[in-house]
Amino acid sequence: MAQHSAKGARFQAVTANRLSDGEVVYLAEDNRWVEDFAAAEIVDGAEAATALLARAMPADFELAVLEPYLFEVLEDGTGYKPASVRETIRAAGPTVRLDLGKQAEAGA
Amino acid sequence: MYRYDEFDHQLVAERVAQFRGQVERRVAGEITEDAFKPLRLMNGVYLQLHAYMLRVAIPYGTLSSTQMHMLAHIARKYDRGYGHFTTRQNIQYNWPALDKIPDLLEELASVEMHAIQTSGNCIRNVTSDQYAAAIEGEVEDPRIISEIIRQWSTFHPEFTYLPRKFKIAVTGHENDRAAIKLHDIGLVVKKNAAGEVGYEVHVGGGQGRTPFIAKKMADFVPKQSLLAYLEAVMRVYNMLGRRDNSYKARIKILVHETGETEMRRMVEEEFAKIDGSKMLAVPQEEIDRISAYFAAPAFETLAATSADFEAAKAADADFARWVRANVVAHKQAGYGIVNISLKPIGGVPGDATDAQMDAVAELAKVYSFDEIRVTHEQNLVLPHVQLDDMKAVYDVLHANDLATANLGLISDAIACPGLDYCNLANARSIPLAQEISERFADLDRQYDIGELKIKISGCINACGHHHVGHIGILGVDKKGTEFYQISLGGSADENASIGQITGRAFTEETIVDAIETLVTTYKDARQDGERFIDTYNRIGMEPFKERLYAE
Repeated sequence: MAQHSAKGARFQAVTANRLSDGEVVYLAEDNRWVEDFAAAEIVDGAEAATALLARAMPADFELAVLEPYLFEVLEDGTGYKPASVRETIRAAGPTVRLDLGKQAEAGA
Repeated sequence: MYRYDEFDHQLVAERVAQFRGQVERRVAGEITEDAFKPLRLMNGVYLQLHAYMLRVAIPYGTLSSTQMHMLAHIARKYDRGYGHFTTRQNIQYNWPALDKIPDLLEELASVEMHAIQTSGNCIRNVTSDQYAAAIEGEVEDPRIISEIIRQWSTFHPEFTYLPRKFKIAVTGHENDRAAIKLHDIGLVVKKNAAGEVGYEVHVGGGQGRTPFIAKKMADFVPKQSLLAYLEAVMRVYNMLGRRDNSYKARIKILVHETGETEMRRMVEEEFAKIDGSKMLAVPQEEIDRISAYFAAPAFETLAATSADFEAAKAADADFARWVRANVVAHKQAGYGIVNISLKPIGGVPGDATDAQMDAVAELAKVYSFDEIRVTHEQNLVLPHVQLDDMKAVYDVLHANDLATANLGLISDAIACPGLDYCNLANARSIPLAQEISERFADLDRQYDIGELKIKISGCINACGHHHVGHIGILGVDKKGTEFYQISLGGSADENASIGQITGRAFTEETIVDAIETLVTTYKDARQDGERFIDTYNRIGMEPFKERLYAE
């Protein structure tokens, strides 16, 4: 599995793509998969991250989402945001088509 | 154009039905993703950052207007109103839902299209010269042998699980527009001393992590024997190509590690067996049957010049400029080859909306014998347009934002989808292409700079052909931030070469300035008539490097 969190990352969340349409989703409380990064469950520390990923892996999720993985999140005083450009783009949509992806739905 | 026979129809229809069942079973939980993934990939379905992506094959880049209308329809009905033409002369849709893809494929099949050979470790869709059958000096229409190769390679049972994917490109002209030396196998159609048509065979080219220019394996393989020769190359590769390391699995590595001489010996040994058996000798009647599909259209006998055309150019400077930049001489008097740029200033290279696709389809129907071509440089071509009709064609293109007069210029860059869409990318590519075209938006400035091929990839897999750009740009990731490495002196034509890296990478903020510095360095150093690549080949890397890294 691709590595999307640096070693020593403090805050992390789990993301995947939805089976039916490939939509980017995040693991939220109560083991729900949500489309909005703002609703994702953010955990602090390596142990909590391992536990979060373990919650994302049971076989019954095979039918809901593809290839869940951990990624690093930063806390900037106002809230959380993805650390990498890649996860920022996944959370919003293509930077060259602001009319598409989650960013479009958010603005609508 | 080639028309499906009953076997083609049956093959494609059966494939759609199979895939429908596979998708249903996956969605119902009867098969796992591990089992399903190779099946969806064999049908052109990838998972990208935001959604699934479907890659549709356009064999040797040739489309009819009916097919182009269908591509527009698919964009409207199953996607977000656009498609992306790729460096493999294919089209990709960025947002189809998995459970709708079988319906989509069924609609495609109704116009003899599919997603077969667009993914997986098989022989991929054959690519060729976008000017086929329109350009003066061609030995033979390269699409004839391309179609024969398509029929031989589609679902070839021996070559369905190769060590890695395998790409074949064909040119019928000494000026290579198909980048044949950057392919696993590149073919040049040529004639021998007796005047017979055959093929020069190049093997082991490719880009990606380890770029190589192909080695010439054979000077002349007769037409009837070509499939036997290709099968021999494939068989050697299939047996000896590495399966332990996907980075070393392409035939270019095998050729490099085995050595050209030993590789040739093994291929010839295998070739002697296959050719001797006559199992794969292509019957003359079959060659004739396929050739007939590519017979020249019914050109009118016209004067080489057109008074209307000249008057239109005199009256409209923008039209004259577009003709100068985008229209190429046709072999038939009174006709021209129209290049439709999919690189509007600030636009996404290779993207076309459904309305634009419909407009191009209508133009092809009325003015270009129903034919459209896709180029590996992510543009479209109307191959056979009368000079008398040129202004009417231009007006429609212009009204559809398709008349940017920048073919081969700095704003006509290749860019892969990059990190805006692609799951493999390390950095974005499209925004760079946009920023460069905006920086050099002034067309007169572009004409002054002349031919300059910028090619941008968002990762080392090199879908954006950065290794062979006069200026190549490679996006790299450093701890989650994008950086861009520049290479110079690459070329994808008959003088193919791999570019050399200038030095340390640039940030997103400094990369466009760096490109401008390179252009200025070239302009200061160029001699009469020299293109960027000519100046680079004469003065070398140092003068560029000096200016680029001067503090």
